Amino acid sequence: MIAFAFYLFAAVLVASAVMVVTSRNPVHSVLYLILAFFNAAALFLIAGAEFLAMLLVIVYVGAVAVLFLFVVMMLDIDFSAMREGFQRYAPFGAVVGAILFIELLLVMALWRFAPDAADLRLSPTPAGVQNTEAIGRVLYTDYIYLFQISGLILLVAMIGAIVLTLRDRPGTKRQNVSAQLARVGAVESANPALGQGIAADDIIRPRIPEPPAPKKIEHHGGHH
Amino acid sequence: MFEIGLAHYLTVSAILFVLGVFGIFMNRKNVIVILMSVELILLSVSLNLVAFSSRLDDLAGQIFAMFILTVAAAEAAIGLAIVVIYFRNRGTIEVEDISALKG
Repeated sequence: MIAFAFYLFAAVLVASAVMVVTSRNPVHSVLYLILAFFNAAALFLIAGAEFLAMLLVIVYVGAVAVLFLFVVMMLDIDFSAMREGFQRYAPFGAVVGAILFIELLLVMALWRFAPDAADLRLSPTPAGVQNTEAIGRVLYTDYIYLFQISGLILLVAMIGAIVLTLRDRPGTKRQNVSAQLARVGAVESANPALGQGIAADDIIRPRIPEPPAPKKIEHHGGHH
Repeated sequence: MFEIGLAHYLTVSAILFVLGVFGIFMNRKNVIVILMSVELILLSVSLNLVAFSSRLDDLAGQIFAMFILTVAAAEAAIGLAIVVIYFRNRGTIEVEDISALKG
């Protein structure tokens, strides 16, 4: 049963990956990418990495794929014109991919575990502990520096993305706090007696500062 | 007979990796699809790490896959931000037009 599930998820994963790289519309590519991530998460589950599977769904499907979807839909691009070289590059890509695949298969066929591989494990999985708890135990102790560095990487990425895409549009209005506070006659506080209004007509008009006198136009001895 | 072992995972991962590389070659003009292919490659690498982690009962592989996930998210954010500002400045994202640094 597990084997059947594995083959099913792997087949859908590979098929959706093929569709990601070959589909005509980038929006379809992103949707197939989401499908691929879901199936990869299922493969993680089968391998026993439950926490990473959930993380994959949350981070990749929830954040990265949606980001891709936003950008694809936001940019007004003629995507059909972008596929001109598709046929031209396909044989080259196929040759490179085939060579790479054969090399990977050779590596997989000829490669063996070292006899003392079990003794060289960095952080063996503790018995009788759930996957999430086991990861938490080592992540916040042995790998705390790496964890914090990854947090820094995310911070730099966030600041970088904001700095790159933020732009000053002319004509936008912003709140200028110091100018607001320094404004003359902005707020007057009154302390009226109970039951009485502030003034005869219950309105306090702000003192209007006198408009600056218009500049006198000086005529330098110009030609008229 | 139908035991799922390390070799199965490695095969799927290798296919995924090759598909990602193939996608980079195929979509020579579209930066967004190239970024998606890079995501596929990173996914295959994490699949590899998780498979080894499961086979060896070593949690380091899963931790490493998590860091790869982090870096992939950061890479996607920065890459897409660059794509957006490039499109804003030049009105195109064709890879062959991105040659301002060529001199």
